Amino acid sequence: MKWAALVVLALAPLAGMGNYPLHLLIMCLLWGFVYTSWAIMGRLGMVSLGHGAFLGIGAYVVVLLWNHAGISPWLGTPIALVLTAVVAFVIGYPCFRFKIVGHYFALVTLALTEVARLVIVALRDQTGGSLGATPNTALADSAWSLGALQFSSKLIWFYIILVAWLAGLWIWGRVDRSMTRLALEAISQEEDAAASVGMNVTRLKLGVTLLSALMTCFGGVLYAQYQLYVNPETVSGIGISLQIVFGAIVGGMFVRLGPTVGAAITLLLAEVLRLAIGHDVHGLDTTIYGLMLVLFIIFMPKGILGAILEALEKRRAAKTAAATA
Amino acid sequence: MLKLSNVSAGYGSFQALFDTSLEVNAGETVAVIGPNGAGKTTLLRVISRLIDASAGEMTMEARSLNTVPSHEVIAYGIAHVPENRRLFPRLSVEDNLRMGAYVPSARANFAERLERVYALFPRMKERRKQLAGTLSGGEQQMCAIGRALMSGPKLLLLDEPSAGLAPVVVQAIFEVVRKMSAEGYTVLIVEQNVQQVLKVADRAYLLETGRIKLSGRADELRENDAIKKSYLGL
Amino acid sequence: MQVFDIFLLEAVVNGILLGGILALLALGLNLVFGVIDVVWICYAELIMLGMYAVYYGHNVFGWPLWLALVFGVAVVAVLGALLHQFVIRPVLAAEPINQLLVTGGVLFFLQAVATLAFGIEFKNIGIRLPQLSVGEMYLSVARLIAFLVALAGMIGMYLFLTRSYLGTAIRAISQDRAIMPLMGVNPNRIFLITSALGGGLAGLAACLLVLQYDIHPAIGLTFGPITFMVCVMGGLGNMIGGFIAAFIFAQFISVGGFFLHIEWGYVIAFVFFIGMMFWRPQGILGSK
Ligand SMILES: Nc1ncnc2c1ncn2[C@@H]1O[C@H](COP(=O)(O)OP(=O)(O)O)[C@@H](O)[C@H]1O
Ligand SMILES: [Mg+2]
Repeated sequence: MKWAALVVLALAPLAGMGNYPLHLLIMCLLWGFVYTSWAIMGRLGMVSLGHGAFLGIGAYVVVLLWNHAGISPWLGTPIALVLTAVVAFVIGYPCFRFKIVGHYFALVTLALTEVARLVIVALRDQTGGSLGATPNTALADSAWSLGALQFSSKLIWFYIILVAWLAGLWIWGRVDRSMTRLALEAISQEEDAAASVGMNVTRLKLGVTLLSALMTCFGGVLYAQYQLYVNPETVSGIGISLQIVFGAIVGGMFVRLGPTVGAAITLLLAEVLRLAIGHDVHGLDTTIYGLMLVLFIIFMPKGILGAILEALEKRRAAKTAAATA
Repeated sequence: MLKLSNVSAGYGSFQALFDTSLEVNAGETVAVIGPNGAGKTTLLRVISRLIDASAGEMTMEARSLNTVPSHEVIAYGIAHVPENRRLFPRLSVEDNLRMGAYVPSARANFAERLERVYALFPRMKERRKQLAGTLSGGEQQMCAIGRALMSGPKLLLLDEPSAGLAPVVVQAIFEVVRKMSAEGYTVLIVEQNVQQVLKVADRAYLLETGRIKLSGRADELRENDAIKKSYLGL
Repeated sequence: MQVFDIFLLEAVVNGILLGGILALLALGLNLVFGVIDVVWICYAELIMLGMYAVYYGHNVFGWPLWLALVFGVAVVAVLGALLHQFVIRPVLAAEPINQLLVTGGVLFFLQAVATLAFGIEFKNIGIRLPQLSVGEMYLSVARLIAFLVALAGMIGMYLFLTRSYLGTAIRAISQDRAIMPLMGVNPNRIFLITSALGGGLAGLAACLLVLQYDIHPAIGLTFGPITFMVCVMGGLGNMIGGFIAAFIFAQFISVGGFFLHIEWGYVIAFVFFIGMMFWRPQGILGSK
């Protein structure tokens, strides 16, 4: 059933899907991947409001290296990943070491994402500042350039991003399996209990954080190369960081497909509202989105998918109970 | 003055108090004794409406308490000195006492009552600018009692005022309770120090696992064999 | 001999004045956090709405400026109370991080509502206060006013919290919420009052900002983060710490912006903040 769904998803674009629906599908998967990356650490109680920084590093480093030094994204990506790892370590290590948690962790990471945005804006001579930047095109006389990681065909992007998204889900599962229950609980709350049985909580947390940051950075690379345009507001700063967090929460950050569901719902919601009300009413879609977020966190903190799965679970339990009775 | 009839209460699905009936008359000092976990604190919390009674009737001077919001109980003349004193540690002694006089009816008498509390506890006057969290255990208990007195209550609920204090200080605290009874305050005191509390109380109830097992005059209970054996170590 | 640079001095003095605004921004947030233990991530958006309220009062309804300013404060005070009643109260028992996030949702909501209601164009109340020249320095009168108001706000807040029953209750409730009913205090009422007060302070900040900046729906994002940093560095809930932190931050921004570009001033301030968090996670004045 799972595999059948995957095959349908993979073949869908071949069945003559229009350009625009395909674009939406790609965005769902791309943001699904980014939200999943965030949730890998978010579900353990490490609520980062700083993932915009990692997304921004991925997007900008690759584009800037290409534009100013002619360095191919194939080399630029590892550089961005290394930079991300350094930043994540510099922030993460002291945070976990000194047990900066909850509000404080959220606000420290918030400072980080703002630093990223401000640096991008401040380096306006190189980055184009708030006007954003476009990678120098390599598509002038061909439809695609592997070296520049630029493809005019959306289909190619669909498969690249599909693979990234699947890899994200796979990593999620790996993280789940490789960690004992105790370790997971240790990270989210029972710090002292875990430390007393000899678990290195700082290292565990740092590992998960690095993983999450690196994946997000990679998401930034894909975003920049697919869109062929980056802007400090859309890949860094408080706005995008909150968007990542909320996307994951709406879908349900405790279940594997939750963040993807969140990405799909938010994108589709925006589309539906746009179709229903048209382009002129600025802000109506985000108004409804914001309202939804508030209602979600109050009434459905496990997210849509989380709530659905829980309800199904309850029904199944009730059925088995009825059957045995 | 205070009357409980067949009151039950608990926390969620856990029932801590079963069918409890109890009465405190004006001017009396009544003790509730019992081991740890018997439900003594729960009993006082129900009276203060911090938790709901699941069954039964409570009245104060013939007015029902059952549905009164907890912050209005004080208007019925009931002041509660909670378990573990629960002072505001980062407020000064005087600000703690000021909180005791928060209700508008008490504010008018603030200066006068403050003098009375200071007369009862001269130590509090010396320490009035000190942060409550820095007081010794006995001083904290006095401050907590003083805070309750600031509202000018008719009935004082005391939850284990002697717990965790050195023997000398325990003596001092019971001395205060005795003084208050002499001054005509009505007191409902919960204690594990059975020996001492039975000396200051007029009547007492024995609470075990959420049920009243015994009740009677304090001097009679002191002679009761079961109490002697389990609580007085005789 | 040019021992000191007059422009650097100007930057320092302007930094002190900027510190006043930051201090005022931090005041309301700190009050709310100190008492209710909730960070209003949407705090700057409340200020943004306050700025619109002043704009509407003055420029659309044609009221005199003072009335528009009072209106601005009142609107945000009411918003603060509404925020508590309808958003914070339902999640008071939830995980702390949910409380943080729910106000993040409100941030999006308010921004979007402002876009919907007021459009994305920049608005301006059309009052520009002059520059004051002191010797060879030019100082912003608007900032000077903001500085004085922040100072007055601090002192007023201090007196209120230490001298009144309500203020004492506000300090007490953050230390032991559960026994407040035993004092005859309805905790929810105190929370509502605190939220309205916090909102009122945000409104006051809005009144001062509207004299200096254009209004648009996303303006909250430009000074929201710095406000949180100030509060956290001062020790969340610690108003005096927040006051001091405001001036430190303002110097980084002003002097850093003098030597480099204004964004670098912010970058330095934020990096300094991150460093401070590791050195003194409990805030500059925190003990432990
Ligand atoms: N907040 C609570 N939640 C759940 N159970 C509680 C709570 N407080 C007390 N209890 C339980 O209720 C019973 C009575 O407790 P309590 O009234 O505190 O006893 P006492 O004051 O006599 O020592 C105990 O079994 C205790 O474990
Ligand atoms: Mg007890």
